[in-house]
Amino acid sequence: MNAPDRAVDRATHVGTPTVRGEDQRFLTGAARFTDDVRFERMVHAAVLRSPHANARIRGFDAAAAAALPGVLLVATAADLGEVPVIPLRLAPLPGLDRFVQRAIAVDRVRYVGEPVALIVAESRYIAEDALDLIVVDYEALDPVTNIAQALAGTALVHEAVGTNVGSHYHVARGDPAGGFARAEYTRKERFRCHRHTAAPMETRGLVAEYDGAAMRVWGATKVPFFNRRLLAKMLDLPETAIEMIETDIGGGFGVRGEFYPEDYLVPWAAMRLRRPVKWIEDRREHLMATNHARETECELEIGMKRDGTIVGLRATVWADLGAYTRTGGGVAIARVPQFLPGPYRIPDYACEVFALHSNKTPVGTYRGPGRYEANFFRERLLDLAAADLGLDPAALREKNLVSAQEIPYDIGTLVPFEGPNAYEGGDFHSAYRQALAAIGHGSLPAKGAVIDGRLHGVGLACFTESSGAGPSESARIVARPDGRYEVYVGVTTMGQGHETVFAQIAADELGLPVAAFQVFHGSTSHVDEGWGTYHSRAIVVGGSAVKLAGAAMRDKLIELAARRSGLPAAELRVGAGAVLRESDASTVLDVAELARAAAEGDAEAREATHVKARFDIKMRPYSYGTHVAHVAVDPETAQVEVLAYVALEDVGRVINPLLAKGQAVGGAVQGIGATFLDELLYDEAGQLVSGTFADYLVPTSTEAPPIQAIFLEEAPSASNPLGAKGAGEGAIVATGAAVANAVADALAPLGVKITALPLSLNNLAASIRAARRRA
Amino acid sequence: MPEPREIELTINGERRAGRCEPRTTLVDFLRETCALTGTHVGCEHGVCGACTVLLDGAPVRSCLMFAVQAAGARLTTVEGLAPPGEMNDLQRAFQEHHALQCGFCTPGILTTMTALLADNPTPTREDVRRALSGNICRCTGYEPIVQAVLDCARGRAGRAG
Repeated sequence: MNAPDRAVDRATHVGTPTVRGEDQRFLTGAARFTDDVRFERMVHAAVLRSPHANARIRGFDAAAAAALPGVLLVATAADLGEVPVIPLRLAPLPGLDRFVQRAIAVDRVRYVGEPVALIVAESRYIAEDALDLIVVDYEALDPVTNIAQALAGTALVHEAVGTNVGSHYHVARGDPAGGFARAEYTRKERFRCHRHTAAPMETRGLVAEYDGAAMRVWGATKVPFFNRRLLAKMLDLPETAIEMIETDIGGGFGVRGEFYPEDYLVPWAAMRLRRPVKWIEDRREHLMATNHARETECELEIGMKRDGTIVGLRATVWADLGAYTRTGGGVAIARVPQFLPGPYRIPDYACEVFALHSNKTPVGTYRGPGRYEANFFRERLLDLAAADLGLDPAALREKNLVSAQEIPYDIGTLVPFEGPNAYEGGDFHSAYRQALAAIGHGSLPAKGAVIDGRLHGVGLACFTESSGAGPSESARIVARPDGRYEVYVGVTTMGQGHETVFAQIAADELGLPVAAFQVFHGSTSHVDEGWGTYHSRAIVVGGSAVKLAGAAMRDKLIELAARRSGLPAAELRVGAGAVLRESDASTVLDVAELARAAAEGDAEAREATHVKARFDIKMRPYSYGTHVAHVAVDPETAQVEVLAYVALEDVGRVINPLLAKGQAVGGAVQGIGATFLDELLYDEAGQLVSGTFADYLVPTSTEAPPIQAIFLEEAPSASNPLGAKGAGEGAIVATGAAVANAVADALAPLGVKITALPLSLNNLAASIRAARRRA
Repeated sequence: MPEPREIELTINGERRAGRCEPRTTLVDFLRETCALTGTHVGCEHGVCGACTVLLDGAPVRSCLMFAVQAAGARLTTVEGLAPPGEMNDLQRAFQEHHALQCGFCTPGILTTMTALLADNPTPTREDVRRALSGNICRCTGYEPIVQAVLDCARGRAGRAG
């Protein structure tokens, strides 16, 4: 037995603010994003997109495009043969499958931006030249451009289906009518949340290469295993012949990595041409082709006792899903009714849901899908009701929050494709009080107090948030002969820092420094099966799989060392790259040596140095929290400054406080920005009029308010061995609600009523003018 | 189609020559011809700042410039901020402050902040926010970037003093 030559790492890495190992490649220009993937003989694709919201395609003349030197392929639906349909991935609301999109338009276009032809050329410049040479004969039709038109059904987006109503259903719990019968006060209001999107900095892109047997696709992310299954079916290849490879990814936020039309077209072209094909979306395409989100209207009615006790809630929700149902198109609309009651004691509740189609870009999931919208509707109505009843909005919330004694709190079956759910644990009041204390609620100028000509207001919003979608996730750890450890995971990463986080988790299990681990993600060849990164599941489910794999390796190493040394397992522990004897820290089994033996064919050694684990999550973690905003509004210019913002959430267990804070601050700024700025605007003809970054405004450094991000660990989740709940979405979900309540509070003396987002300069100025006219 | 032109320029201290069409943007020339893929394209219309490089020391949008316009110029891209495999104090401060997540906007922000610090070695918080306002980041909420730049400036002032 040798004396250990390395220090045993007894530190606990989980919970420590560890800087990211992956940063160096991003900071030095060495990262490899999709557009950085290049091959000899690589050619470039461009997509011709519909300029019409609704039109029949009468014909194409692509002769001039095809004749342009350097053009290799011009393909329309006719060239694709049987054009595959892109099915739903999740949220199969009844009826939505009638509205799925084909990989390229067949005879008809239904939104501005729909792919109608694919061009592949020797360079991107030539491909774009050729786009201009394709003549498409369109017969323009009347478009459906808003929820009212979609409901009226005078024009139909899909005539063959015969309706614009993609899905229509009711959910309820308790006795909604009985609840309202007990009400001493009711208030009904109609709210609207605006269409916007995530706009990650890297647009979508793909590189596909086919060698006659195997297909490799770079640029996959989010759900590569699911997308591989789809692509295999569409191309009639065995799944194992396709490798989906995740490059570095420039932000996802839900919109990136779903299966889009281009995810078929580009591999198809690579197969056809037998040359590597690259397609990189430009920003204008991105804003019209990548999933939109959030456009929802809600009529919400609350029944209360005079003292502010909520006795009933009922709602009708209408969402504009755009022209087709995309892979995750049903998620947001299904989550609005689920999250409308929020963290409050509302036993009697009902909601009617209309998922509608229009001639606009299809929608998908965007960070906090359905939650941002639902929280805005409910929290705004609570403030309106508080004003009616002469109650303090804070006291009203305090009275109605579900108490710690009522947890677990049954929330019923509010989602058609899921079973009953419950808020699993925690103390909503504790989170609520700490958020108020953090901002100094009560001592802030509010209710329209005028300071230097600006009106001050404070707004609150309480929320719950689900995470950790099932069913499972995989991880594999391999000990290498050089002393390094490789961690392979089935989840993907879009910039969150999972490489560092997973290394922290594995390091704790094996008593090693974080730097001993190298994390590999984002290839369908790393693990047998992976489910991907969405619904804040990567750490909750994927991190748990890493923890299990680490623990399994530790146990196997000890078992093997005990067997070979004859020492009892209880006297052994793992650390410093070895199995050590507890008593004198002497090395019983060197893991690197074992890895060398494994490489030379020692089966026992291989079993202990190549370990797989799968974690199945059986219940859904629910986080909860409160946001508070303090704003000042200039009543002349409608300029709003967010002076202070607290985003507090109980996430069960913070794995890396530095990175968690980054998620919260970034998420809050994204949501606050969207509340004032981001808006995908359409005109009556169905033309997207905010299709560049000059029109589609996202927050810049001068608009980003100071964010105080606070995480609590009062209620570790029982759903997973880390105790974690998702930490990436809670900071965005209540931003619209808290900010709108703060602005409404500031403008209350003017009689301004806020029921719609965004709070753009134009909208807010118009509201102020209208209120002054009324006064 | 006009004939391709030969251009010569200095990139990260190295003389480079290349052939490009007059319509080739500077960022495409850097990425495709010079294989310097650290400079990213985020919008192609000059708003997001991801493609910012330093042209004779001044930050420019390389998506809004043709490569031929940069003939004879001295360019610095993210690859030239520190010797290969190393990070300078600004880059280290970004890591320390978690001033990047997905990292796609980061090269353009580093070049923009490099120019700021060259021009104004002791910026205030407001100075940094203003200088940063032409670069979009969707991940961080900007505050960690501001902190990193201020921290780097303090470090340089300390070393100079």
